[in-house]
Amino acid sequence: MARLIAPVLARLYLAVILVFLYLPIAVMMTMAFNTSPLYEFPFEFNLIWFKALFNNERLLSSSLNSIIIALANTLIATILGTMAALGLNRYEFRGRQLLELLLLPPITIPWLIIGVSMLIFFYWTGIGRGLHAILLGHVALSLPYVIIVVGTRLKTYGPTLEEAAATLGATPRQAFWRVTFPVLAPSIMAAALFAFAVSFDQFVISYFLAPPGISTLPVEIYTSIRKGFTPEINAISTLIILVSMGIMLLVARYYRFGGER
Amino acid sequence: MEGAAVRRYRAIFALTAPAYLWLALTVFLPLSAMIYFSFLTQAPIGGRAAEWTLAHYVAFFTKEVYWRNAWRSFELGLYVTALCLLFAYPAALILAKHVKGRWREALFLLVILPFWSNALVRTFSWTMVLRGEVGLLFTYWAIVIGLVHAYLPYAILTCYISLQSIDDSLIEAARSLGASPLQAFLRLTLPLSTPGILAGVILIFVPVIGSFMEPRILGGKNAIMLGPLIENQFTAVFNWPLGAALSFIILAIVLLILLAASPFLRRQLQ
Repeated sequence: MARLIAPVLARLYLAVILVFLYLPIAVMMTMAFNTSPLYEFPFEFNLIWFKALFNNERLLSSSLNSIIIALANTLIATILGTMAALGLNRYEFRGRQLLELLLLPPITIPWLIIGVSMLIFFYWTGIGRGLHAILLGHVALSLPYVIIVVGTRLKTYGPTLEEAAATLGATPRQAFWRVTFPVLAPSIMAAALFAFAVSFDQFVISYFLAPPGISTLPVEIYTSIRKGFTPEINAISTLIILVSMGIMLLVARYYRFGGER
Repeated sequence: MEGAAVRRYRAIFALTAPAYLWLALTVFLPLSAMIYFSFLTQAPIGGRAAEWTLAHYVAFFTKEVYWRNAWRSFELGLYVTALCLLFAYPAALILAKHVKGRWREALFLLVILPFWSNALVRTFSWTMVLRGEVGLLFTYWAIVIGLVHAYLPYAILTCYISLQSIDDSLIEAARSLGASPLQAFLRLTLPLSTPGILAGVILIFVPVIGSFMEPRILGGKNAIMLGPLIENQFTAVFNWPLGAALSFIILAIVLLILLAASPFLRRQLQ
């Protein structure tokens, strides 16, 4: 009897967990398509809130800011991070472990603390607030992830392939572009997508570094939420969650979270 | 030979320096500046003269209002961490030991996907559910629900990683030697998965005591915690040194926790 019931219960439990995880998102998406601005039922399908987005200048300009910053962040963090991963994993030197340990603070210290310390330091030194400051901050948050993702791949594929290439007469440059890079390509791709998502979804740091009048999409949404509910926020939030989940599905194609399964 | 060593160091420097200089400028120097500010009477910006003081730290340890905020943050961290692990562990166990193949991969992805999607939007989405007749919006429990929702996938992830690395043949051996399923779980599975549980505890507790967006959106007037209090010092009250001191106190707690757990954490990250 127990043998028959246990698997059913197990599946039921996982289903409950999934419902809990996706319920609020589903409710929000439904409301984005509902006519009533006060979230009243009966549900009436309508696209007015999505249409309203295109007339909302502030949301449009902050979306553009977010996309520009995310793209710049992806480019910088992926290049610098891949270089650092190569340095950390292809050479043995004193202080290497310390350098790896230094990747932990940006990941583990709460963003609030990092955000206010950036605000203090940037303001104090004259770097100031603005899109450039937000970009500086986003790259800092993305770098450790890129270094870890690419580094994991480098650790799995030891230097033997490159050594073989060198033995066969390849110059270091040839060995890198013909051997190392193709091996790394999937993890670099995953890291780049990840860096894009980290920046596109980042709110806390942008919030402290955005001067009045300039904002990224999450900062703009937060301001609107604090001012009061508007169904347009549901519409833009629906789009954001689809984009950010889509990106993570792509990442999952190239990189397995939690190691081998 | 000399030349080769020099070239090697030059290569290491060229590869790692850009990333680490960036981190120095944007993380390590700012954190140092924050600590410096926390000992000043006022922010030394715009030509204002600041003097050294311990007043902000003294205030934290003597004024009841700060204690209340700190205690509520701590309490929130305990609630959220405990609830996350309570719900996550069985889910991770089922995923790791009772679901196989493609199903496991798909379910795992479904669980982890919300965690890596936009946190602000997910928090906001709870306002849709908790408002109206549910009547939980702007309460303490709304904050707890929102944060459990935010970190549950993370807890499942850390538990899952350590559970799936346990060799099934160990459990089979214990069973064939006469251990009941419960005994096998309590004597083998649970102890062997403690690194995952511990990693979960740290990786959830730390961000929760530093959270301010979730309490603000879901808690309204109940957002009486260190995170919102710190935000206030920078966006409303403009008492930067006090905000810096409170931030440093959180940072110190975080660093102590991380230091105590660094052997476990390092294993988890690899």
